[in-house]
Amino acid sequence: MKQSVLMSVVLGLSVMAAHAQDKLVMDGSTTVGPIAKAFAETYMRQNPGVNITVSESGSGNGAKALLNGTCDIANLSRHLKESEKKAMSEKGVKPVAHVVAFDALPVIVHPSNRVKGLTIDQIRDIYTGKITNWKEVGGGDQRIVVISRDTNSGTFETFKELVLGNDSKIVASAEYTGSNGGVRQRVQMTKGSIGYAGLGFVDRSVKALDVNGVAPSAESVVAKQYPISRELFMFTNGEPVSDSLAAKLLSMSRTEKGREIIEEIGYVPVPEK
Amino acid sequence: MLLSPGARTRRRLAELAGRGVLFGITSVAALAVMAIIFFIARDALPFFTQVGAREFFLSTEWYPAHQPPRFGAAAIFAGSLLVTAAAVLLAVPLGLFAALCMSDVLPFGVRQILKPVIEMLAAIPSVVYGFFALTVVAPLMQNAGSWLPGQFEIASGVNALTASLILAVMALPTIVSVSEDALQAAGRELREGSYALGATRAETLFKVVVPASVSGLFSAVLLGVMRAMGETMVVWMASGNAAQIPRPWYNLLQPVRTLTATIAGDMGEADQMTGSAHYHVLFAMGLCLLLVSFACNLAGEWIVARQRKRLRGG
Repeated sequence: MKQSVLMSVVLGLSVMAAHAQDKLVMDGSTTVGPIAKAFAETYMRQNPGVNITVSESGSGNGAKALLNGTCDIANLSRHLKESEKKAMSEKGVKPVAHVVAFDALPVIVHPSNRVKGLTIDQIRDIYTGKITNWKEVGGGDQRIVVISRDTNSGTFETFKELVLGNDSKIVASAEYTGSNGGVRQRVQMTKGSIGYAGLGFVDRSVKALDVNGVAPSAESVVAKQYPISRELFMFTNGEPVSDSLAAKLLSMSRTEKGREIIEEIGYVPVPEK
Repeated sequence: MLLSPGARTRRRLAELAGRGVLFGITSVAALAVMAIIFFIARDALPFFTQVGAREFFLSTEWYPAHQPPRFGAAAIFAGSLLVTAAAVLLAVPLGLFAALCMSDVLPFGVRQILKPVIEMLAAIPSVVYGFFALTVVAPLMQNAGSWLPGQFEIASGVNALTASLILAVMALPTIVSVSEDALQAAGRELREGSYALGATRAETLFKVVVPASVSGLFSAVLLGVMRAMGETMVVWMASGNAAQIPRPWYNLLQPVRTLTATIAGDMGEADQMTGSAHYHVLFAMGLCLLLVSFACNLAGEWIVARQRKRLRGG
């Protein structure tokens, strides 16, 4: 009797262990989310019985989830902050970064806008409120409506890091929108507006400006010519064990299929070495 | 029939147990409120000791993600106030008037159809309202500037007015439904008594029915105010979230930021580990919201109680 109880406990544990192998939780950036979702779907179609869940709660929440152990892979559209690294090392979490793709932040305006390109300095002056009318940068006489992603997004962090710098504050009249799609939608609706969003979210309904004379494109991003571009990360706690579900999913970004997926979504795959 | 002492004790015990259970159930609600106040206050207080109330209430510099961070919430308080006030100004007259029409003017059959339809407004999820504001109201608003008298430019379709309009629609079902119930509660006898004295329909309505149900109407307005003040998703999507006091201050056509939207939008990054002051400032905002609605509630209770006393002739 006792033995059978023990047996069932052991059996139960091994079932749970096998279960853990087939389950993967990803959380984090809404920018990396589409890649993670497409990878997960493809993988689950090829391997029935595997369960991968992808949440998109923002880069900050992704890092938090990795810290608290509530996700296996944290998707981030930025590097970890010093404070996050510190909190992780205090808790014994060892974040390992995996670059899965490149993304660029095109600066977008209404299609009717005459302006073709801006310099980084001009963009910074617009966002900090020094330039308030399009005629100051060669456009028509129209007030500039500044639109930004919310300060909780990795997209905002990247824009701040690559364009604003640490000492500039965004003008108080700037509007904040909770998603990349929301920014595009607001820009496409508002004549005097300027905004920024991930490369994958920019379509014909808005006009992407040249920045420092370089148009945002896959080529200019990979060649590191387009100034507002960044790497997209997936973080794991420690190097994933080879052959584990996490390792298989991460390696997908280097496969033919994975690169195809990344391109389809609108990001730039990591160039082959 | 006489009960044995044992049965009597059993009966008394059962009664006690029943009372205890009922008391327990009732206190769950009260305890929940107290627990919420306690935990919010506990997490709000560190902000005031770390940063201080002065910057929070008096400065308009809201840069929580900047180094060093600035937590001036004056513009955000102003935004909440402006959006709520505008929504209430729109919704209250409309809602009260609709309630009057339904209870005393329109034929009974029309009321039977209208009331459920208006109450259905309350069933629409607020994110759907927000989506509607963003895709339908905002573009209309942007184009409105060109054909309105004066031909002024509305630069951005998401602004305080867009949010207020939607909030007003969202507050309507509460106001209409509660005040219609209050008017109905005034009773048929009162109305017939008034007619019997030779009063016209309008006189009966405004001099008898409305004064008799004024405390109910007041609660309706108060519930509407709180609905507008506490709404989050719609203002996050439709107000523009710019932490500025419009110039001039009554300019509803500029984007503003509200307390609720700030809490919702900043919660993810305002982590205990990353920026503790930023984490606590959101609780400070929550506490302020809570205190304001608490004060509203108390004021409401007081006014209603005073009104009842007056009606009773006390």
